[in-house]
Amino acid sequence: MAVDRILVLVERGPAGPVSASLELLSAARGLAARVDGAAWGADVSSLAGTVGAYGAATLFDLGDPGDALPGPQVAAALAGLATGPDAPDAILVPTTYDGRDIAARLSVRLDRPVLTNVVGLELVDGTLTTSHAIFGGAQVARARFTGAGPGIFVVRAKSFPAEEVGGDPAAVVTVGPADVGTTGAARVVSRHVEERSGPSLDEAAVVVSGGRGLGQPESYQLVEELARLLHGAPGASRAIVDAGWVPYAYQVGQTGKTVKPTVYLAVGISGATQHLVGMKGAKNIVAINKDQEAPIFSIADLGVVGDVHKIVPQLIEALKQRA
Amino acid sequence: MLIAVCVKQIPDPASPGALDPTTRTLDRSGKLIMDDSDSYGVELGLRLAEAAGGGEVVLVSMAPRSETGGLRTALAMGAARAVLVSDPALSGSDALSTAKVLAAALRRVGADLVLAATESTDGYTGTVPAQVAELLGLPSVTFAKSIALEGPEVVVQRQTEAGYDEVRCPLPALVTVTAGVVDPRYPSFKGIMAAKSKPVDVLSLADLGLGPEVVGGAAAGQELVEVRDAEARAGGEVVVDDGSAYEQIVEFLERVKVI
Repeated sequence: MAVDRILVLVERGPAGPVSASLELLSAARGLAARVDGAAWGADVSSLAGTVGAYGAATLFDLGDPGDALPGPQVAAALAGLATGPDAPDAILVPTTYDGRDIAARLSVRLDRPVLTNVVGLELVDGTLTTSHAIFGGAQVARARFTGAGPGIFVVRAKSFPAEEVGGDPAAVVTVGPADVGTTGAARVVSRHVEERSGPSLDEAAVVVSGGRGLGQPESYQLVEELARLLHGAPGASRAIVDAGWVPYAYQVGQTGKTVKPTVYLAVGISGATQHLVGMKGAKNIVAINKDQEAPIFSIADLGVVGDVHKIVPQLIEALKQRA
Repeated sequence: MLIAVCVKQIPDPASPGALDPTTRTLDRSGKLIMDDSDSYGVELGLRLAEAAGGGEVVLVSMAPRSETGGLRTALAMGAARAVLVSDPALSGSDALSTAKVLAAALRRVGADLVLAATESTDGYTGTVPAQVAELLGLPSVTFAKSIALEGPEVVVQRQTEAGYDEVRCPLPALVTVTAGVVDPRYPSFKGIMAAKSKPVDVLSLADLGLGPEVVGGAAAGQELVEVRDAEARAGGEVVVDDGSAYEQIVEFLERVKVI
């Protein structure tokens, strides 16, 4: 079974398509002869240039859900594309808040399962075969779809590099909007942006993450200050997110974000498998923890056994003096 | 106000997980406990029922061997009863199968509001709740950090990359709850004793009118082809702080040119 067509769901961020979608367009080019994109929202055609530059021939406009959460409507429009004569062999969806909703609802409409948390895709005997990091990245599982119909793949960010090929703008084809009735009745009434200065977790060259070893929520300020001085982004282990110290958006790990910074600085993080899978791809890892036996030290390029409440303030002071 | 909470019973995450070497499915032969991620939904469900001035929280779960260990924990927290689907044919279910089973059970419950975690700790597929909503024809709001009921609507603060959105949605609806957004109560001694006699309705696939051609391992549309050890990442230098370790960190940061 050859792979002829791949459709990539293109999600929009504040500045054009999100990088995870551009990564998927780039990866798809190496797997299929034809790559198309599909996007939703107002003025989809404004994305045609970028999407084309990353190799998509067509950009399908799935309609504008307006203030409604996009899952039901976008899934319905995608399902229409996935059952026609030009149905894709695979649909690639970025692992985002809306991407997972869309993939899940599409799965029901097509009665096809979803492979999520994909970190690698390759062709094996003409069949798309996925890689997944399991048990904290200690093992790699490979999987594929069986049976007829397009495969739905939800891929984690940073699994592939995003590379432009400089193609012509994609041809925009309108297929939406789909009417989904009350299923699409959830609507956003206001948006709240929390002020976060500095780079995002996804893009930062330095990520400083805190864990339970900080002792109390107030100590997370040390992590934030260190991140600020290093022009990096603050992150967190699941333990302190579950404890309510910081919001979910800060979480690095299996159930949070995957980061691949130049330096990952783990402060008071023991290194549960849940966490390691989200940061093992960092170029360099520095860990500070009081427990010499902490698993984080087995993957750290520089490990410091000691008290984070002593070492981090010293580090902050030293960095301030350099500034 | 009838609130259903989806609860997954999983192997204790504190003990290392393993795949069954022959079936390549997660080994669930040991004792199962309530997924911690679900305790937030149970807590929010109980609070919403209390705030609504009377209401009931019903648990819905799918597990092998009629396992109720995890459900008893949630019953001890205050849920009124549970519906458990257990059937040997469900071994090897993918997320879509699981969603079909939970949706069939939820149809019998007929709740005004369905709560679930954003994803489980063991499988972390993260698609089951929205699949359930689509199967039931319900609107859904995922990644809630707070939930309030206002008349015929649920008002949710939904996590976003940048902060949160306030989302309004008419009932009935499904909402997924992000971990850490509320302090789950500890079961009291009285609660634990009461939980032992609360009803747990155990259903088979036949009870739900679902056949093995629709759900379970035989119907799975995906297969694992290989499991292998990942390339190990070697550790480097580990030093014990003598009061000057911060200098080594500064030197390291200089060497990799981030400062």
